[in-house]
Amino acid sequence: MRYWRAAEPRRSYDVVVVGGGGHGLATAYYLARNHGVTDVCVVEKGWLGGGNTARNTTIIRSNYLWDESAAIYEHSLKLWETLEDDLGFDLSFSQRGVLNLAHDLQDVRASRRRVNANALNGVDAEWLTPAEVARFCPIVNVSPDVRYPVLGATLQRRGGIARHDRVAWGFATAADRLGVDIVEHAEVTGFARAPGGRVTGVHTTRGTIAAGSVALVAAGHTSVLAAMVGLRLPLQSHPLQALVSVLVAPVLGCVVMSNAVHVYVSQADKGELVMGAGIDAHNSYTQRGSFHVIEQQMAAALELFPVFAHAKLLRTWGGIVDVCPDASPIIGPTPIEGLYLNCGWGTGGFKATPGSGWVLAETIAKGAPSALAAPFALERFTSGALIDEHGAAAVAH
Amino acid sequence: MLLLPCPWCGPRDEVEFAYGGQAGIAYPADPDALDDAAWGDYLFMRDNPKGRFAERWYHLHGCRRWFDLERDTATNDLLGA
Amino acid sequence: MRRLASGGAVDRGAPLRFRFDGRELQGLAGDTLASALLAAGLGGGFRSPLLGRPRGVMTAGPEEPCAFVEVQAPWFDLIAPATMVPLVDGLTATARAGVGRLPGPATPTPPSRQRHAHVETLVVGAGVAGLRAALQAARRGDRVLLVDERTFMGGTARSSDTVDGRPAWAWVEDAAAELRAAPDVTVLQDAAALGVYDAGYVVVHQRAAPVQTLWHVRAGRVVLATGAHERPVAFAGNDRPGVMLSGAVLTYLDRFGVLPGERALVFTTNDAGYQAARALRAAGAEVAAIVDVRREAAAQEQARADGYGVVAGLLVAVEAAGDPVRVAAGVALTATGEELRFEADLVAVSGGWNPVTQLHRAIGGGLRYAADRSCFVPDGGPAWLEVVGAAAGEVPAAAPCWYVAADDLSGHFVDLQRDQTVADIAAALSSGLRSVEHVKRATYIGTAVDQGRASGALAAEVVNQLLGTDPGAQGPTNARPPWTPVAFHVLAGPYRGQAYDAVRVTPMHDAHVARGAVFDNVGQWKRPWYFPRDGESMHAAVLRECAAVRSGVGMIDASTLGKIEVVGPDAPAFLDRMYSNQMSTLQVGRIRYGLMLGVDGMVFDDGVAMRLADDRYLVTTTTGGAARVLDRFEEWLQTEWPHLRVHCTSVTEQWAAVAVAGPRSREVLQAAGTDVDVAREAFPFMAWRDGRVAGVPARLARVSFSGELAFEVHVAGWHGLHVWEALQAAGSPLRITPYGTETMDVLRAEKGFVMVGQDTDGTVTPHDLGMSWIVNLRKGDFVGRRSLLRPDLRRPDRRQLVGLLPEDPGVLLQEGAQVVAAEHAAAAPPVPMLGHVTSSYHSAALGRTFALALVERGRERLGAVVCARSFDGGAHHAVPATVTEPVFYDPQGARRDG
Repeated sequence: MRYWRAAEPRRSYDVVVVGGGGHGLATAYYLARNHGVTDVCVVEKGWLGGGNTARNTTIIRSNYLWDESAAIYEHSLKLWETLEDDLGFDLSFSQRGVLNLAHDLQDVRASRRRVNANALNGVDAEWLTPAEVARFCPIVNVSPDVRYPVLGATLQRRGGIARHDRVAWGFATAADRLGVDIVEHAEVTGFARAPGGRVTGVHTTRGTIAAGSVALVAAGHTSVLAAMVGLRLPLQSHPLQALVSVLVAPVLGCVVMSNAVHVYVSQADKGELVMGAGIDAHNSYTQRGSFHVIEQQMAAALELFPVFAHAKLLRTWGGIVDVCPDASPIIGPTPIEGLYLNCGWGTGGFKATPGSGWVLAETIAKGAPSALAAPFALERFTSGALIDEHGAAAVAH
Repeated sequence: MLLLPCPWCGPRDEVEFAYGGQAGIAYPADPDALDDAAWGDYLFMRDNPKGRFAERWYHLHGCRRWFDLERDTATNDLLGA
Repeated sequence: MRRLASGGAVDRGAPLRFRFDGRELQGLAGDTLASALLAAGLGGGFRSPLLGRPRGVMTAGPEEPCAFVEVQAPWFDLIAPATMVPLVDGLTATARAGVGRLPGPATPTPPSRQRHAHVETLVVGAGVAGLRAALQAARRGDRVLLVDERTFMGGTARSSDTVDGRPAWAWVEDAAAELRAAPDVTVLQDAAALGVYDAGYVVVHQRAAPVQTLWHVRAGRVVLATGAHERPVAFAGNDRPGVMLSGAVLTYLDRFGVLPGERALVFTTNDAGYQAARALRAAGAEVAAIVDVRREAAAQEQARADGYGVVAGLLVAVEAAGDPVRVAAGVALTATGEELRFEADLVAVSGGWNPVTQLHRAIGGGLRYAADRSCFVPDGGPAWLEVVGAAAGEVPAAAPCWYVAADDLSGHFVDLQRDQTVADIAAALSSGLRSVEHVKRATYIGTAVDQGRASGALAAEVVNQLLGTDPGAQGPTNARPPWTPVAFHVLAGPYRGQAYDAVRVTPMHDAHVARGAVFDNVGQWKRPWYFPRDGESMHAAVLRECAAVRSGVGMIDASTLGKIEVVGPDAPAFLDRMYSNQMSTLQVGRIRYGLMLGVDGMVFDDGVAMRLADDRYLVTTTTGGAARVLDRFEEWLQTEWPHLRVHCTSVTEQWAAVAVAGPRSREVLQAAGTDVDVAREAFPFMAWRDGRVAGVPARLARVSFSGELAFEVHVAGWHGLHVWEALQAAGSPLRITPYGTETMDVLRAEKGFVMVGQDTDGTVTPHDLGMSWIVNLRKGDFVGRRSLLRPDLRRPDRRQLVGLLPEDPGVLLQEGAQVVAAEHAAAAPPVPMLGHVTSSYHSAALGRTFALALVERGRERLGAVVCARSFDGGAHHAVPATVTEPVFYDPQGARRDG
């Protein structure tokens, strides 16, 4: 196995992708693979995939409410289904099913609405009764005597998990093989501009790199970069914490998420429980959050899974999620010529990794938003055509 | 657990407060005079610096007063209320 | 391995029985499980998780990477290092190789509790440096909290050390005594600081049985006296049982009176190895040789002078033999290239010392490399955080030696819990990975239950060396809380079961329970959902309740409705800005329904407002929206309009309310006894009157969510139960029927009254709901006004509220069913969707089913047939339905006056 080269940045490229996480690397890969655009450089300020890609809880699903969201997340899921073959890289991709639990009558209505919309959009979705939930996932407590009983759940069988680091490495290695240069430890400090305002390159801590097009795919740091060109965005960066337990023998064979009893959890193949819940409410780039958020999700976890009582918390950490007012991403050109944006995935970016890269690559290669990306344009904040996915995002904001 | 300096109650734990995002975004004096882009800016566009940030907090489980604060979002150091 | 006849802080007069892997054994008070096992000759007996290699106790502390156990009695611990398990009588434990087994429900979850403390100084670590810091703080009058994760104080201070001229252990005892006697000092042992957070917030897990305690501490100053961990060296066979850290050997001798081997080989990069050699000899063991990587050092000369064999060179390999497998010999390579073999049953290794900096790093502290000590020391960090003692870098100078070169590095273990060797690191690097973080993620080094305490720094230096960079070029991977693992149930604390979230009930709750109500959770509230009689189904109960209200009289507990008093000379103007319609023109004594929009123009909440006086309104909100609305009022008043003279007060819990609804409701009020004239002419619709009902002060309001004649009776909360029962009694001859939220929903839906949060979802405007009449654009600005003018909110193809009547009057549409064009009833995906069913019920009044839905261009489709498609279990339902106005019953409102 040979991973990506540590490329020396050249003077110029057709496309510079700022951000060497999953989405940026996927963008570079699909530019090369789908469009023959190989004169691409990915610049990453730290170590590859060291941002949110290394920090998320690895959940993959496409069961979002609105047509526009279902389309892009389902496109992503279909790419996931052949990604290991495509990249020639093991990703530990496992379609073990994702349950979204409902705990009150409005949860049930909203869940059924989503199941029906998913089904009519061709996205696999089922509604399960509490008894069916217990059959699918025996350790979920479906007793009616708890504080907020499970009233049912949606199930997406094709949802699941993958190994986050290997996704970054897989895209990086495949892109590298196609000729893409990946440059780590190069932080963008500014943008080169033409007299008319067009972005013509990036200034980095490893030199200036000219570019025909520049794409910002920097998740929680997007606003910092955008501010360098005077572009104001609706993003707010928040900590999103996650945790793992010590290794335990297999007990959880699927992914379980609950909005009301707020926690989401899966069990990795090694044996650790991987859990997350809501964001810390304040803006922060510290990649750490407050401990009470962890305590709250522990209480939630034990409500849903009494068997976890004696599991032990091993490690907590945080990412920086770029939260958008409607919990939907921003993809497409910006008012600044030559500059593209793919951000605002907030708490739900990992599942979209291949789809996001595919769609941004198409947008850059064609110089116009792809059909899947068009609804997520920055302009929607002017027109009011927001795509509100707070419910389906399943992460408290 | 941030320790937030409520100007009325003194320093209190973060869990007593609700967050209000960027400070200083005044409701426009004449909303009808703004075009849709400018109105969208008021509704949604926000600064999001890695560093000094002027933000609002609401002492929800306390005196229920709003106040502004400056905090460094890269370190959580408080710079003044 | 054996217990020495004397020495150590153990009590030879207090034997303890314990069971390990099924064997009955004995130890002493003061032992850990590890020291007791070593004393019993059982230091081996562990296995590595992945390769199943035999392993033994390697350390004496939390950095232990091999000897993990599951404890079954007298408490349950899923997995813990035996070095940190205090021995108690009756302890039962088994060896655990890496993966824990979650116990079943028969294993109790003991209670745990949470405590909070505020101190000027928190000291983590009760070694000499920590005790000094605590004494200093206590003597100047600080409130002090001193925590140490061990059951003893003094850390790694040896009994032979001196502190301030006194024997170390005596100094420690005196310090402990002074601290315990000080009134504002708390000392916690067996208490691990899990993490340090912003502004001196520290979480400490105190494991003392029977109640584990999670301390939440706010400290003005935090002092980390967390010491240093000795670093191993990687050489062939360095994972064998019998290879231990030299400091651990010393600790077992000194603190536990246990000799870990009879014939020892010492391998060291610094002077510490010599201290271990001397202590071993003094305890009666042989020291085969001291192998020192340094060419020259003063300690070497002194040792040779004292008769120790000192070899300047490297320990290249350890041979193991026996059953159980254990170290049998070590092979050294001298500086002159000579190979020397020494028989030994114990290898004491000292690769140097790593300051324990995890707590410091996790809160933003940095590291810098100290070449003289071959380790990273803390650097920077927050102003309120101080690192002292060994943790700050006060450790012996050490020569750098991370691994011993060899052709085959596959037996040079770096992370013993992950069974990862120098060869594994080399493989990761040769595949192109360069960052320590990537190597960690490829090899999983540092991610096991020991979180790299004994391997992290070593792994980083192996990477540096293999890449040909200087020591310290890359440091260890990020440190994160918790410092050591802690059980989920301890973190969940008391928030278990019904205490998971507060339960809110009305003053009439017990009456509802007695009546057999089935309850629904509405936020934190318990509200009666329906009141089944004689075993009837929910369907039957709701039909009965609905019929009773429309034909006779019913009563519902409406106490949970949000209520806010808005008071002040500017209250009218304020409410004009908060609602989409005008409230300033509402007369005193009257009531008006209002809609509140978000600043984005979407429906946010609704409710009625009563004008109590020129400067006083009582505003009601939805049950779930009460807090949101009050917060919103405060936000606008305080941050945008501080000049408005208005005060808001939540009075949701101060008022209990009963709605008596139905054509005979007037009679019930009269029978209950009231001094308010409830006659039709005297008490118009949407008016309120103060008076008395059933002998207590009450406010009567003629509002109606059902469309029938109805009176809401508002009383002080402590009269709620009395009034409920009085109205029940008064209405009994009329067969007054208590009803719940389901019936309430059906009745209001028959009238086309929206439920915010059910018929709306945050993306619905008043125009979408057909409520343009409530948007008053002439009155001046209000929150949401400008946004209603945005292009997307004026699209003609928006989803609009309509009614749906299923073609088959007995078929109930699913709430959440998607509405599609009739010709798409059986279309395959992707199917264009027009909207969804928001509310759907059986109607007793109509004798059929009906629904409300949001449908694209809904108002243009009146009379057309659409299809509601839903999926349930394996079944697909496609129900044709006619689009109607969203009012099904009494559209003229004729019934409201009775």
